[in-house]
Amino acid sequence: MLVIICPNCGPRNDNEFSFQGEIIPRPSVDTDPAIWRRYLYMKSNTSGWQKERWFHVSGCRRFLDIERNNVTNEIRLVAEVGGDPRE
Amino acid sequence: MWEHHELQSTYDVVIVGGGVHGLATAYYLARNHGITNVAVVEKSYIGSGGSGRNTAIVRSNYLTAEGSRFYDRSIKLYERLASDLNFNVMFEQRGHMTLAHNDSSLRTMRWRAEVNKLQGIDSAVISLAEIKKLAPFLDTTERPRYPIVGALWHPPGGIVRHDAVVWGYARAAAALGVHIHQETELVGIDVESDRVVGVQTGRGPVSTSTVINCTAGWASLISAMAGVTLPITTRPLQAAVTEPVKHFLHPVIVSGSLHTYVSQTARGELVFGASVDPFASYSTRGSLEFTTGLASHILELMPAVENMRLLRQWAGLCDMTPDYGPIIGPTGVDGFYVDVGWGTYGFKAGPVAGESVAAMIASGHRAS
Ligand SMILES: Cc1cc2nc3c(=O)[nH]c(=O)nc-3n(C[C@H](O)[C@H](O)[C@H](O)COP(=O)(O)OP(=O)(O)OC[C@H]3O[C@@H](n4cnc5c(N)ncnc54)[C@H](O)[C@@H]3O)c2cc1C
Ligand SMILES: [Zn+2]
Repeated sequence: MLVIICPNCGPRNDNEFSFQGEIIPRPSVDTDPAIWRRYLYMKSNTSGWQKERWFHVSGCRRFLDIERNNVTNEIRLVAEVGGDPRE
Repeated sequence: MWEHHELQSTYDVVIVGGGVHGLATAYYLARNHGITNVAVVEKSYIGSGGSGRNTAIVRSNYLTAEGSRFYDRSIKLYERLASDLNFNVMFEQRGHMTLAHNDSSLRTMRWRAEVNKLQGIDSAVISLAEIKKLAPFLDTTERPRYPIVGALWHPPGGIVRHDAVVWGYARAAAALGVHIHQETELVGIDVESDRVVGVQTGRGPVSTSTVINCTAGWASLISAMAGVTLPITTRPLQAAVTEPVKHFLHPVIVSGSLHTYVSQTARGELVFGASVDPFASYSTRGSLEFTTGLASHILELMPAVENMRLLRQWAGLCDMTPDYGPIIGPTGVDGFYVDVGWGTYGFKAGPVAGESVAAMIASGHRAS
């Protein structure tokens, strides 16, 4: 069980959120398929602190950027993603 | 069961990860191909990863012909593994039953059964009456929210003692000359001009031309040491076990719709599994959501077990790929091979994957 402190809704259990995965900069739409493939599938999957995106699906329905240690599940930063949620 | 060795300064092949995949590969390299100057390096104890934490279900009733044939080969290897390894792996072919709770799953099951039969695999769709006979404790009434309407029945499927498989492969490989190094962590891979030349371990360097990554949940970290990125995300998968009771459940029961499955061990415990945790993690802590969700689903299937007590729950790390397919073969770095991406289902594939990877290595092996 994780408790995520949503900047809009306050502390909530992780099952209110949907996990979107590690944040990888999104390439521009006209880039070539190899780069899109890397963006979509090739994960660094690091062990330790990771920047990742979550969606508060059963709350404010905002996308959040979270820094989480995926070994201890400690969370140190939660920020709402501004503008286009996909960036 | 096997000797402790000093770490040699050079090996023909270094296998990273002492789970069923790494140990089976080592065994078949030695037994089928006479390649014995092999080290298995394991950062903890053998079987400490998914191979000692899984729910030990073996089956071959897959939806594609290739998949069915591949896993059928694994079942054939499991069937004679005890005599091959001279170690009782307690393979019990009690039958594997996948429940359908709606017409569309029943349709897919008919399709699966026909694909399986064409490959010579015992697999059939069965009716409620037959389900009742095989598993009388299942609730086959209209009471559950998702009543059972039929099942895919696969008699050769079953359960195997996972620790025994790990120990049996390790012991047999060691007897053929393979060095099994526990508490030996891989910390680096030396690559020169896109070719593996050695590895760094917590016990010192080793020169080698061939490294095989068999580290499942840790696969991305090992590959990164060689500069290789994989389409893998690590997710925990949880399981739980009850107190032992008198034998009442013979087959393995799986409900995809309820995300749960159950079998009864030889000792009488019920072993339950589920689907992967909802977010990526390298943590093997269990969660309360898992046990409460599991209990509610199991009680839908078998209300009679409501007074049984859970003894333990645990988690293991799974190497999930986007298409749920494994990744086996060479990489962009010469001499660096992977056998990873087995996710939530790789125990049953241990023997056939080990046999295939060993054959692949042997066919391209440069004698030292
Ligand atoms: C709860 C659960 C239930 C499951 N149920 C089933 C099932 O019913 N049927 C089925 O077929 N499959 C099942 N699976 C999946 C199955 O367990 C795995 O796919 C399989 O065990 C993978 O084996 P492996 O040898 O590739 O990896 P593992 O057994 O995970 O071994 C990898 C090893 O690599 C070691 N390692 C990691 N990093 C390093 C390093 N730097 N240096 C040295 N060593 C390192 C680890 O310590 C570990 O021992 C289940 C998994 C879980 C977690
Ligand atoms: Zn919110």
